Amino acid sequence: MPDKFDAIVVGAGVAGLAAAYKMAQEGLSVVVIERGDYPGAKNVMGGVLYRAMTEELIPEFWREAPLQRPVVEQRFWLMDSQSAVTTGYKTKEWAMEPYNCFTVFRSQFDQWFARKCTEAGVVIINETLVESCIMENDRVVGVRTGRPEGDLYANVVVLADGVNSMLSRQLGFHKEWEPRQVALAVMEELKLPSEVIEERFNLDPGMGATIEIYGDSTLGLVGTAFIYTNKEHISIGVGTLLSQVRQLKVRPYELLEYLKSHPMVRPLIKKGEPVEYYAHLVPEGGYKAIPKLVGNGVVVVGDAAQLVNGMHREGSNLAMISGRLAAEAIIMAYKIGSFEARDLSPYEENLRNSFVMKDLKKYKNASHLLEVNPQYLNEYIPATNMALHEMLTVDGMSKQEKQKAIIKRALSRKSLFSLGKDVYKAWKAMK
Amino acid sequence: MNYKLTKNMKALDIEINIDNKLFLNRWKPDRESHLVVVDHSVCAGKCPGKDCTFFCPARVYEWRDGRIAVGFEGCLECGACRIACPQGNIRWRYPRGGYGVQFRLA
Repeated sequence: MPDKFDAIVVGAGVAGLAAAYKMAQEGLSVVVIERGDYPGAKNVMGGVLYRAMTEELIPEFWREAPLQRPVVEQRFWLMDSQSAVTTGYKTKEWAMEPYNCFTVFRSQFDQWFARKCTEAGVVIINETLVESCIMENDRVVGVRTGRPEGDLYANVVVLADGVNSMLSRQLGFHKEWEPRQVALAVMEELKLPSEVIEERFNLDPGMGATIEIYGDSTLGLVGTAFIYTNKEHISIGVGTLLSQVRQLKVRPYELLEYLKSHPMVRPLIKKGEPVEYYAHLVPEGGYKAIPKLVGNGVVVVGDAAQLVNGMHREGSNLAMISGRLAAEAIIMAYKIGSFEARDLSPYEENLRNSFVMKDLKKYKNASHLLEVNPQYLNEYIPATNMALHEMLTVDGMSKQEKQKAIIKRALSRKSLFSLGKDVYKAWKAMK
Repeated sequence: MNYKLTKNMKALDIEINIDNKLFLNRWKPDRESHLVVVDHSVCAGKCPGKDCTFFCPARVYEWRDGRIAVGFEGCLECGACRIACPQGNIRWRYPRGGYGVQFRLA
């Protein structure tokens, strides 16, 4: 193995592998360094992988990649203690090619993706921790690994080392994340026969559904819970802002257990046997937390760059795009033979011009809005449940009277003015 | 900030033995801890909340006999303790390459 490559990628997640794959296809010599036993061994995701961004790299990947289920239905629940207002969307179209998104197990998918990279000429080194970047004359020239004589050199280093991103922090690209800039998510895989899953979720054989849950599932903390169907497992998890988990002294696994015991959830997961338990941080800082992305001989991609759209639970797709755009900039730099920050800056420009940054910018205040206005989760969700409960419970009261009672109750808790203000604030944060 | 839990966790009476969850995972524990409490006197004297004993999703940190015990072998490597230790008193790094939790699914 040479000790100098065109590019070193730190981290075999989807961002790093996307970058590596693209660069290798253009003939660059690339090494990916992964600290787990195999790619995916350390990677945790709720489980939704998006077709469009994966296909840009590997056309018709769904014919060969290890996927769980194509998602044909996305449900949303506004949950209260004993009830939920539910909505969602299901379409036949997502059940056929080219599909919209899939549930996946990252350990399986990432190993497959890594094999595709190897076929394209990438060298993958597992079980190896990158401890620092090697600097020379104010530029990154390589990485120091935990192995004896483990220094590796390259023209450019791609930092795809995940949400904790110790390396870009070492380089001073960002300060330590604040507890309110990350969510702490815990998740379990519950094993169930595939027919049982299909019956309970009303699915055709092989098809999948996702449920995003807001409200009682986080007991008032800013965050969401989720239930995703895999072939023979259900992923169930809950994520909340680390700042709030800490302040309110919540044990995250107790929150998960509360969710599992909720009357809306319990029948869906009944007799599901827990087979694995996870915890992971999710970048939630959004647009304002995006660190410096480009330096001399170095770029930052994926979770390490805080590229997660919490409002739409999108992350793996943003990771893949950032990896691909970084690779394209590196390929251009390779052609002119210079890898300074200005040569790599097209990565940042193209990312800013893509939907990635546009979406993150759109929602840049959303997480903060929920954080400082707990009423959205704690008052409006129960109120919506109660309003529907009242309208739909047939008890002899006229609908007119019911409406009046609902409005009266709403206004007894809040003035019309403050209600209006909340609506306006929400609209402003989402528009 | 003025937010609170909508329910009293204690009243919900959820008893979890975290070991039953951690037991499900595949582990390759290192000999040495990758999590180090920098100054134990800070935990004892300056940290009344002992927040890490609550928010850590693997219950790595426990207050025992007047000091924080660190069960690094069950660490899920999320990084929460590094960011959320109110005293900045945890030196956090990843386990050495090939060590620590190795997820099979997710």
